[in-house]
Amino acid sequence: MSDIKILAIESSCDETAASVVVNGRDMLSNVISSQIDIHTLYGGVVPEIASRKHTERINRVVDKALKDAGLALKDVDAVAVTYGPGLVGALLVGVSFAKGLAFAAGKPLIGVHHIEGHICANFIQFKELEPPFPCLIVSGGHTTLARVKDYGEYEILGRSCDDSAGEAFDKVARAIGLGYPGGPKIDALSNEGDPEAIPFPRAKVDGSDYDFSFSGLKSAVLNYLNSCNLKNEEVNTADVAASFQKAVVDVLVEHSMLALEKGGEKRFAIAGGVAANRHLRAAFEAACAERGVEFFCPAPVLCTDNAAMIGAAAYFEYIKGVRHGLDLNAVPALRLGERM
Amino acid sequence: MNILALDSSGAVASVAISCDGRIRGEYSINHKLTHSETLMPMVNELIRRTEYETDKTSVIAVAAGPGSFTGLRIGAAAAKGMAFALGCDIVPVPTLEGLCYQLTEYPGLICPLMDARRAQVYSGVYRFESGKLKTVFAGEALALEEQLGRLKELDSDVMFLGDGVDVHMEAIKEHMGDHCLMAPEHRRYQNAACVAKRAEEMLAEGVAAVKAEDFAPEYLRRSQAERERDERIAAEKA
Repeated sequence: MSDIKILAIESSCDETAASVVVNGRDMLSNVISSQIDIHTLYGGVVPEIASRKHTERINRVVDKALKDAGLALKDVDAVAVTYGPGLVGALLVGVSFAKGLAFAAGKPLIGVHHIEGHICANFIQFKELEPPFPCLIVSGGHTTLARVKDYGEYEILGRSCDDSAGEAFDKVARAIGLGYPGGPKIDALSNEGDPEAIPFPRAKVDGSDYDFSFSGLKSAVLNYLNSCNLKNEEVNTADVAASFQKAVVDVLVEHSMLALEKGGEKRFAIAGGVAANRHLRAAFEAACAERGVEFFCPAPVLCTDNAAMIGAAAYFEYIKGVRHGLDLNAVPALRLGERM
Repeated sequence: MNILALDSSGAVASVAISCDGRIRGEYSINHKLTHSETLMPMVNELIRRTEYETDKTSVIAVAAGPGSFTGLRIGAAAAKGMAFALGCDIVPVPTLEGLCYQLTEYPGLICPLMDARRAQVYSGVYRFESGKLKTVFAGEALALEEQLGRLKELDSDVMFLGDGVDVHMEAIKEHMGDHCLMAPEHRRYQNAACVAKRAEEMLAEGVAAVKAEDFAPEYLRRSQAERERDERIAAEKA
């Protein structure tokens, strides 16, 4: 079979991205236009502004992805686009653009699940990686522990019942005056703090070994800061950051290792924006090494929202014959493994 | 000159094809707000039925705003995607001007009104002179009362159209009295054939089409977050 080249588009949150991926494994280009500077002014992503910026930027991003790949639109075999989950207005820009593009170019269209994309970033980074394996997806909007049973086949083991890990990072960062985005800032500050300094809680969710809850942890941090304030005690923000981060990472590692033990796989992967967190990577590396499990984690540029991962996921749909019609809609609450 | 025209700025989803100044086909649906599901299938259906050769498209004309933010972007992004593939430019047609083309033969003042929520309308005032659209008051987001106040001073008959008419019928009649005329229901809303006609006229008047990558809707209103941030900064300065 000849090579399958997919032009992929991603606009589910605040990154406008496009990429060309060959056979789901080789990335010929990976263009990401971030809006983070704009949203930082507002302390978080503003959906309406994100949607407007996507509309302004999408043609240039797609054009650059094709040019970087050294291809013309006629050379690609299909157009792929993220259609959920995410911000509906932001998703609609990518979906509407991709439909117009695919229609006018006479190319097949493939809608892709954003989280499946994150998982598939591992297939680009590690050419030898094959299912089955459990995977933890941690990002600004999502915390999901899933079993990748086969290409395009997923079983959700656990999810966050409230805040995603990324949201908890953002909220705690705001509370200790670090600002947005919280993840990288807490990661950096924790280097100077003692992760055992403050005993923040590790929450269990009743009736589930795998579900996560981070809102209690977030409240515990806020209460701690309040009580220091009332007692006129100076807060060591580096200790708070390090202890909070350790509490998040401990829970993520514990649930993931339990999934490995029950499933018996010898491979484990992480994905998503928060997977770029250095402490989290280190903790998973250690936990997997201890168990003789091979650990996979994409490079930071493939952890953040990008379109290469969408092109990878789309390939495995493409070879199964999945095609979407021109009535493809954005589905903001699309579940992992769900197909529309 | 072959024009593919789109309007998804309001409740109506509408697509049209104009070939050398003749509307070859027009397809409008005023039923539920599902533009993201319906607009491109409508384009596909219309092109198929009219045996239109898509790659012969000279420009894509699109209702560029004002309108529903999401609706505008569904049309804009679809137009930008098609224009990218076809290598053609885009003619951004102001939604209010496109609406006026429902009434090209009407000699008096025309006031399109679109409901803008937040106690405002998107509206302008226009008239056709020798078949050419002239702007009396440019389109903007403003309070209905403000627009009606200006119109009253002109002391002339005004023909109203747009979905704002449905929302504000009583207030308009009360303000304008005998000077109030309403476009009939079947010519009251956005329509892509009108967008195509307006685009032809704009090009004839020398308005340049824009590169697909440079096109973005004209919302006539900033996002709520931007407005609130500016208010906060202004309050802090004061």
